[in-house]
Amino acid sequence: EMTSSVSKGCFVFKPSANKRRKTPTVEDYFTHGCEDTENSKLRFRNCQTLWEKMKADTELLQDELNRKILDSLLAFIRKSVSTFQRGTDDWASRMRAHEIPTAALVLGVNVPDHDMTFQCLSDQLQQSVTPFVVSVQATECAGQSSLNHMLQRVLERLMGTSVSVDNEEEPEQRSTNVNQKRVHCSLITLCNWYKTVTKKAASGTARKKRTSVGKDMQQHPPIVVIFKDLEAFNPKVLQDFILICSRYVEQLPLMFVFGIATSPSTIQHMLPHSVSSLLGIELFQSLSCTQHLASVIDKVILTSQFPFKLNGKVLQVLVSIFLYHDFSVRNFINGLQLALLEHFHSQPLSVLCCKEAAALVHATELSHRDVERLQQLPSFMRYVEEQGPQEQVELLTSDDHVKEVCQKLLKDLCKYHKNYYPTLRCLHILTASLPKYPLGKQIRELHISCLEKNVWENDEYVSAMQLLRMMAKDELTSALQKCAEILKSVKTKKMRAALLQLDNLLSKFDQPDLVENAAGEDLTSTGKGLQKKTDLFQLQKTLLEMKTSRRTKKMSQFEILRDQALEFIDSLVRSHLAPPESQPLYEVCYYSSSAVLRRHLNATPRTSIQTALSNPYHYLKVNNLRAEDGTVSNAAPDICIVYKLHLECGRLINLYDWLEAYATVVSAAEGKDPDSADFGKVDELKHARFIQAVSELEFLGFIKSTKQKTDHVSRLTWGGC
Amino acid sequence: MAAQLQHLGYEDEKLQRVMERLPCRDVQASMLLALMGEQCSYPSIFIYGHRATGKSHVIHTLLKELELPYATVSCVECVSVGLLFEQVLLSLFGSDSASLLSRSPSLSDFVRVYKQLCVQASAKQTRYIVLDRAELLRDMEANLLPAFLRLQELVEDNVTVILLSEIVWDKFRPNTGCFEPLLLHFPDYSKGELQQILSEDSHPSYSPELYSAFINILLGVFYSVCRDLRELRHLAALHFSKFVEPLEQGKESDTHKLWRNIEPHLKKAMQTVYLREVSSVQWEQQLQMEEKEAGVVRGLSAHAHVELPYYSKFLLIAAYLASYNPARTDKRFFLKHHGKIKKTNFLKKHEKTSNHLLGPKPFPLDRLLAIFYSVVDSRVAPTASVFCQISSLVTLQLLNQVGHDDQLDAPKYKCAVSLDFILTISRCVYPMLYCPLVTDWNHCQTPASAAL
Repeated sequence: EMTSSVSKGCFVFKPSANKRRKTPTVEDYFTHGCEDTENSKLRFRNCQTLWEKMKADTELLQDELNRKILDSLLAFIRKSVSTFQRGTDDWASRMRAHEIPTAALVLGVNVPDHDMTFQCLSDQLQQSVTPFVVSVQATECAGQSSLNHMLQRVLERLMGTSVSVDNEEEPEQRSTNVNQKRVHCSLITLCNWYKTVTKKAASGTARKKRTSVGKDMQQHPPIVVIFKDLEAFNPKVLQDFILICSRYVEQLPLMFVFGIATSPSTIQHMLPHSVSSLLGIELFQSLSCTQHLASVIDKVILTSQFPFKLNGKVLQVLVSIFLYHDFSVRNFINGLQLALLEHFHSQPLSVLCCKEAAALVHATELSHRDVERLQQLPSFMRYVEEQGPQEQVELLTSDDHVKEVCQKLLKDLCKYHKNYYPTLRCLHILTASLPKYPLGKQIRELHISCLEKNVWENDEYVSAMQLLRMMAKDELTSALQKCAEILKSVKTKKMRAALLQLDNLLSKFDQPDLVENAAGEDLTSTGKGLQKKTDLFQLQKTLLEMKTSRRTKKMSQFEILRDQALEFIDSLVRSHLAPPESQPLYEVCYYSSSAVLRRHLNATPRTSIQTALSNPYHYLKVNNLRAEDGTVSNAAPDICIVYKLHLECGRLINLYDWLEAYATVVSAAEGKDPDSADFGKVDELKHARFIQAVSELEFLGFIKSTKQKTDHVSRLTWGGC
Repeated sequence: MAAQLQHLGYEDEKLQRVMERLPCRDVQASMLLALMGEQCSYPSIFIYGHRATGKSHVIHTLLKELELPYATVSCVECVSVGLLFEQVLLSLFGSDSASLLSRSPSLSDFVRVYKQLCVQASAKQTRYIVLDRAELLRDMEANLLPAFLRLQELVEDNVTVILLSEIVWDKFRPNTGCFEPLLLHFPDYSKGELQQILSEDSHPSYSPELYSAFINILLGVFYSVCRDLRELRHLAALHFSKFVEPLEQGKESDTHKLWRNIEPHLKKAMQTVYLREVSSVQWEQQLQMEEKEAGVVRGLSAHAHVELPYYSKFLLIAAYLASYNPARTDKRFFLKHHGKIKKTNFLKKHEKTSNHLLGPKPFPLDRLLAIFYSVVDSRVAPTASVFCQISSLVTLQLLNQVGHDDQLDAPKYKCAVSLDFILTISRCVYPMLYCPLVTDWNHCQTPASAAL
């Protein structure tokens, strides 16, 4: 660019405003490479609103789940504060005055989830108990003089926050703090700081009511230090830190929170008695992560509130990552988000995946291209086949008619969901207490099996029904009562009818003559058979006899009623728990690419490298690399050839032999005559290429230089071709 | 005692007050008083004795009550030498003194500043520097300990350095030799002395006699296992409320009956002595629960169960097997067709001793994964999350990483969990078989199974 300067030099040019490149927004990323750009903006908006709602709901839920443990923790901290302030009045607290109150918070091994809990805790503490909350992580206190680091972190955070709080009131506070910077990082500094701050706060409240200090904020707010991951701390550093703190326990109301991932006995492993005797430890156990997951699934997945759904396989992938790998609810939710994004990104018809009213509007606005897509959906095609010939022609030719039908189908899909979830819950309530859990202990297992096929065709369902036929009266009625509770909250016509029927049945169960009948019979028949001591064969025989005799016997009134109830449940299941694949237009709402999700969430770097090396076509998509049965074409990249050749070797590889073999392969690739003199001759270029390929292999960790033999390298993987 | 000390030149009533506050430490206190002169004192005194034998308490009470100039510094706190110097100067010469020190002062800086300050404020009395946990001085700069021992000469001031430690002096003596301090030992308290000291913090709403009787009972139970004053005091605070419970309810007043009442309770508490398992508050709550359920006392260690993801459990089992079985035997245990191995020379002689006595051995990552793939019952893809789990097991301290070289190519690990832990885990993943450790290896006498 031209400058007016005469001399040479460096000049800074600020980009002019209109030339500045627009940084792409999330939306741009979304629409870029989308299947269909026309409605991609709409889809993006759908996706955003849905995700925001989901996120808010899960956050609310997590807050609720954490509330109990946080409340008890806060109560503990408040109580410790009050004992500190009351000083030596109380004998028991005087005896314990030298202990630092410590809360051992057992959170489970799902470390990624802990951040949120700690954030919540420190927020609540700051709101209602004390402004002085510090959290430290082990990684921040690592290194050579880690005790120093730790002290520094704690002091920095404590005194730093106070500066930002107070500086609008007293600007000179800053200058004193600058002075303190020169002073060594020690608890004495902290003590002095604490004294000035509390004194100021006391006089401040006298002068005027300060908004930052809550009504129950005491004169000596405690200093809470949160150790987020206790296990990862260097035990020596932690011990020293506690020893130092305990020297100041009379001047500073210190308090610790230990975040423990494994078990409370870690404290004993890490701290010797001389240190742990300085702490008054109290234990807090958080909700187990499996329960946590169950409630998240309950809230987000098992509800008709969100139009977006996962199919069985996808849900299975997410759940198994949780159970097998990390126990992390946060990762589960992230996986859900990924599925959501992928669905809206890859499925153009997901424009219809939103609230019912909006979806109906969108259906009328479908473009011709979209209608075509709709007609090509397998579920829609199946629907068309079921219609009469006249209707079929209409559906295949008239766009407007398709749009109308589409609206009706969307309504049906919505109704299906509204009936599906209550029915699922009812079935779960009945089967969850059966021995050996034929249909799964958790409702998500039942849900997954319902998503996959007709659940009533499963053997497990049949056996569950058999077990239900043997249920005692009070168990059955209490389960049915719970079912009625569930059905009560649903507003659809069918569910109301079902509720009416169920109430009817329940009232029949309550009739008094039924009770005597049932009780008397059961006792006599079971008692006799099982009193005798018999071997297994005998027992089986008697049981069989009992079964046949019972069948012939006239059924009691209770049994008749029980059968009626179960028939009712069975009919409910058959009419409402059909898998979503049976519903037309289900593709609009259901995300089904489990493979994509698995690839993203559960990456296999090693397998990918091996695929790339042994089958370069898989990634490069060049036609002459196409090769069958595990051979590598000689036109493949050098590293692939070298890799292939190294597979044929044993534990130690002779570099020269390797080089010769490589040269032969490459010469063949160059189309040289195999009989000519310089075929397979090593020239400088080939040598260099070979060395580069070998060092790349070394970088990837397949080989390693060795001192066992000269001119050899050792293989780090085993197995060959 | 006060009468004996009269000639030392302190006021009578002061001495009286001091000695009252130092029960059972008369000998040591009078010894110290005799050593602490006004004009000229011994350059350094080394006081040692077990934890909670009153070392710091005696020194501090003496110095404080007699209003002598002194500085006490805990060496744990001094992450740098500068901090140590600074604290000494601060407490001896006031708040301005520390600013004279440079940013990272050396010992000679300290001596120079000290000299400078003590010329300005020459003292009529001996100054005292008390260094608590002096054993840490050994880990600091090499010249520090010898210099403190003869600080009097270096600064040319009437100063005495008092070192407090739990370790005997023999372990301090540097190679190059140094000035020998005066040694003073604080012996452990005897049972009678413990009784006397503990009885002093009696409950305000009960008579001292009752409390003393309680302490007597407490010592009778715990003295055989625990002589630590601090722990005993903790126990006393913990159990006193239980002791007086019948009194509160107005049932009993006889000490003997009270003893009957408390004894089983204390016996139960014996299991968790020293562990500090539960805070006192929780202990009390548990007692209330216990009365309802008559269950066993559960401390922190009762919650030892750890919930782990499915593959983490297998990784941990594999790590345990790799740590406690010799690598030679892997082929035999984990391969389906492993050929015959002669039973007689199968194990070498040194391998026959229980591996549990020898502790876990390091193993490379490859071996861990090989065993993992053979114990896990389904096919597992070598995904990134499996490797992730290994490193998270390390952060949870269930595995230890050994050595620091070659971390990328061949990291080595050790299993850090106990047999009990592994057994609990294997019971979760193999509900049918009791656990693979038992079913597979009982018949072939491996070292790992020997203990099962």
